[in-house]
Amino acid sequence: MNKLLELKSINAAYDDNLVLKDVDLVVNQNDFVGIIGPNGGGKTTLLKVILGILKPISGEMHVNGSTIGYLPQINQIDKKFPISVRDVVLSGLMGVKKLFGRYSPENSKRANELMDQMGILHLKNKNIGELSGGQLQRVFLCRAIISDPQLLILDEPNTYVDSNFELELYDILDNLNDHMAIIIVSHDVGTICSHVKTIACVNQTLCYHDSNIISQEQLKAYNCPIDLITHGEVPHRVLKHH
Amino acid sequence: MNSIFELFQYQFFNNAVFAAIMASITCGIIGSYIVARRIVFISGGITHASFGGIGIAWYMGLNPILGAALFGVLSAFGIEWLSKKTDVRQDSVIGILWALGMALGIIFIYMTPGYAPNLMSFLFGNILTVSSLDLYLLLGLSILTILVFAMFLKPILYVAFDEEFAKTQRIPVQFISYLMIALVALAIVLNIRVVGIILVISFLTIPQTIANMFTKDFKRMIFGSIGFGLLGSFIGLLVSYKINAPSGATIIFSFVMLFVIAKLVQLSLMAIRRREGIKQTK
Repeated sequence: MNKLLELKSINAAYDDNLVLKDVDLVVNQNDFVGIIGPNGGGKTTLLKVILGILKPISGEMHVNGSTIGYLPQINQIDKKFPISVRDVVLSGLMGVKKLFGRYSPENSKRANELMDQMGILHLKNKNIGELSGGQLQRVFLCRAIISDPQLLILDEPNTYVDSNFELELYDILDNLNDHMAIIIVSHDVGTICSHVKTIACVNQTLCYHDSNIISQEQLKAYNCPIDLITHGEVPHRVLKHH
Repeated sequence: MNSIFELFQYQFFNNAVFAAIMASITCGIIGSYIVARRIVFISGGITHASFGGIGIAWYMGLNPILGAALFGVLSAFGIEWLSKKTDVRQDSVIGILWALGMALGIIFIYMTPGYAPNLMSFLFGNILTVSSLDLYLLLGLSILTILVFAMFLKPILYVAFDEEFAKTQRIPVQFISYLMIALVALAIVLNIRVVGIILVISFLTIPQTIANMFTKDFKRMIFGSIGFGLLGSFIGLLVSYKINAPSGATIIFSFVMLFVIAKLVQLSLMAIRRREGIKQTK
């Protein structure tokens, strides 16, 4: 198995507030990891550490492979910013192009292909402010995967999208999973579990579960009663009574 | 009409025209960045903080614009550094810096023995009295700004749009942020001579806002801002000459008039489009 990412006893904090404690995680090629956990439990912090945005206070991290594809929470984005859909998609290549890189006709062709696959090609010259939540999510997904990363990280991709697109999104992710590992953060435990291969529970510490069935211990991380809702196409995953 | 061409016989008028062109270029480019990134308040803070530099340089017998440039760039770096701290209320700090700069400026100018300069010329600017040093500095800044944007337009745009994503792509986000905030500070300081401390922020925002009404594309916004900047500053310059009022104020006033006209044009365009839309559905 080709290790793409390895975290060893990572501690991370904002100011004096310890958010992640002694976190270990290994992500291999073709993994599809769902990260669940309560709000404020450190899911987004974990992503920030992996992405290199936040420096951990201690611990080791190894990232193999080229660039990481990243889909942020779209409510963080300034939707009035003067930028076109096409430019947002192409900006996914900035890690490859660095500062002086120019976009070649192949880059544009690749961007068009991706937008076509996602059904947003007709929007390519629109300003991002003119799009709906689902359309915007597709644009950011194109940006995340245009550089053909070996690891794709998605932060709450199922918020702000209609349920049709959510189903479609998981189909797209299943296909992408053939050639890239995926880490997905969600608090929609029900949907995520029927698509991912393994689950990591984050609430300051991280518990890794080598399957996608949620057990009672995992839910203890929430420290509160939860309703699980499963939806999607048959077969539904039936969760144990607890 | 003849009188307009007669004006070009005067050196001061040629200088003013040259300054207006340079100001429109630098403010058009940098202002588009300021408006797109929503850092208008930060820019206001830098503008007023730099007045402290003017005062100190005046007291020490140095060129006030160089003092302002140093002060402006340093406070810009300070603000940029602070913005990365999560435990600081950035807007409050900018407010303090804003007032501190003005206070220092006034204290040092009044402490300077002998002739106290006309404060009005710093506060409201005077395009008709720009010195040749000011013009060379503006020319240098215009060339630098054009070069930086021609070479790095895409990275600058992408970092401004989504800094976190840019960081994940491992491009030098910090370098770009500091370079940009330094250019913002220099554009502000060098244009203080043209339109003054109080009015420079409008040169950096009104033409951009007008351009933004008609395009949502960053590059077109830059060219549009330069265009509206030129138009507004020439009208303002002529009005200033005709009615013998401070040029900074007349230039900004013509910007606001252009803004009102543009808004009316935009609204009527929208009304026409809506009517045509209804016709088509019928």
